[in-house]
Amino acid sequence: MATFIIKRLLQFIPVLIGISILVFFLLHLIPGDPAMTLLGQDATKEDLEHLREVLGLNQPIYVQLLLFLKKLFHGDLGISIFQDVPVISLIIKHLPATIELALLAMIIALIISIPLGIVSAVKQFSWLDYVSMFFAQLGVSMPVFWMGLLLIIGFSVNLNILPSFGRGEPLFQSIGHTLQTGNLFYVVDSLQHLLLPAFTLGVMSAALITRMVRSAMLEVLKEDYIRTAEAKGVKGLMVIIKHGFRNALIPVVTIVGLQFGNLLGGAIVTETVFAWPGIGRLVITAISQRDFPVVQGCVLMIALIFALINLIVDILYAIINPKIQRV
Amino acid sequence: MELSKQVQIEKKTAKQSKRGFQVKEFFYFITQSKSVLIGGAFVLIVVICALFAPLIATHDPYQMNMADRLLKPMEKGHLLGTDQYGRDLFTRIIFGARVSLEVGIVSVGLAMVIGVTLGLISGYYGGWLDTIIMRFVDIVLSFPVLLLAIALVAALGPGIENVILALGFVYWTNYARIVRANVLAIKEEEYIQAAKTIGSNDFRIIFFNILPNCLAPVVVVATLGLGVAIVSEATLSFLGLGIQPPQSSWGWTLAFGMKFIREAPHLSIYPGLAIMFTVLGFNLLGDGIRDLTDSKLKRN
Repeated sequence: MATFIIKRLLQFIPVLIGISILVFFLLHLIPGDPAMTLLGQDATKEDLEHLREVLGLNQPIYVQLLLFLKKLFHGDLGISIFQDVPVISLIIKHLPATIELALLAMIIALIISIPLGIVSAVKQFSWLDYVSMFFAQLGVSMPVFWMGLLLIIGFSVNLNILPSFGRGEPLFQSIGHTLQTGNLFYVVDSLQHLLLPAFTLGVMSAALITRMVRSAMLEVLKEDYIRTAEAKGVKGLMVIIKHGFRNALIPVVTIVGLQFGNLLGGAIVTETVFAWPGIGRLVITAISQRDFPVVQGCVLMIALIFALINLIVDILYAIINPKIQRV
Repeated sequence: MELSKQVQIEKKTAKQSKRGFQVKEFFYFITQSKSVLIGGAFVLIVVICALFAPLIATHDPYQMNMADRLLKPMEKGHLLGTDQYGRDLFTRIIFGARVSLEVGIVSVGLAMVIGVTLGLISGYYGGWLDTIIMRFVDIVLSFPVLLLAIALVAALGPGIENVILALGFVYWTNYARIVRANVLAIKEEEYIQAAKTIGSNDFRIIFFNILPNCLAPVVVVATLGLGVAIVSEATLSFLGLGIQPPQSSWGWTLAFGMKFIREAPHLSIYPGLAIMFTVLGFNLLGDGIRDLTDSKLKRN
């Protein structure tokens, strides 16, 4: 196991360097003079020169790349052109909101998908199976932002029971406040703000996980050990959960891990729809302000977290299924 | 002379009957799956809308009429109402199908050309070339796809060409991986060894012997990829990074509809429905083709 983990960690290093290089070259994809594009046609010569200095654009490209990687190694992602503060401090400020949103979205996705996937597999070709697969197909085909808009129209505009934008107090902080004061208002307010964006974000993952749980369960339920368990008189639900679902977990863990990474990407859209102050909204605002160091920093941070999650999923997969270590 | 004429006629007849068989086989093939039939019908409707948009549309897609702004569906002869500039929403959605299909088809085509070519090279030659290509695939796959597309369009600037470039660059990795895996299996087959023995060059072997045998999974990925590309374009346009006004795009119409969500929710409902209908069509079609090709492979 240790050899496998070390091998995977070593393979992770070139990927990290590759991600950094790709993010570095994003700035150089800007057509023409990046400084002129970022500051606009009205910028003075001094301003342009200052920006070139700040971004290191007046140096040869390989020097720029080495400096970029060196700074990155020290946790320096540059300075925001628009806000004049370190990019890393902006990311630290906005990242918790995104993680909170992604975590709740994943919880919602799992609550929906696991029972639905199991029921679909156990009752294959029944109306329950057809209905759940129909909704799974719809969930996969529905754009995230449209789902968000429909929920706003339903729950905020028509029913007026949930807020359509913004974030309440951070969830963990509100739980602390509620525990201190005994007043449920704080937690309820946080959850009310979280519910619509988290549901929006979780639906697509729920659809994909439902399909995966169903197909994994269908494979497992055909196995001999299931028939043996049934023959021994083990009760139906116990066979499904203990013998069936436990063995179907291996592919499910993989897709859950990968989906968590995808939630970070999807959060960009959800945060824009619900004005959620996370890293996704920071990226979109930075793009509209042409604040490229912030865009680069956020893209790099999300990609690093995404790659790290993939690494953890690989290792977890190897722990659950030791056969994979030999591959 | 008579004999050669007879041979020519026989050849022609054989060719025609073979073509007849292929058409019959194709129709038999698609009727075997409900997914293919339903998905195909959805896609066909969208394609017809895109091709015959000027005939189907009831108004001019760019004609503004501020007196008729934000009309509700069925008001003043506007089937789905009007937008904030008084333009007919039904017409805008019909014309939007053109943009969505154009971006979808061209970006998937681009991704396919890049991915299939690199997959063929990587799988056939192996060695350091394979290592470099596959490590690059790993790096691209380390980004959430939407994030990478957003970052690329942010750098290149908004507009239809840049959206196509960004989506083509983001999605080529799927094709490269699948084709490489297939090439690794196919290149060990006897007929490839035979082709090498009779002196066929690498280009001929790769493109005439190996490529046709890798196409089935590529078609499945491309069909599913069309749906993904259409959603991605709509998402980029929704974020203000994709198609720019006055061109009609479903994502862009939705983004503007959001500003009038209280007084004109229809602006946020119908373009989304169009996106979902199209993507559902491609997903069902792709799933159906995959199931059919899988079962055909199993039978063989």
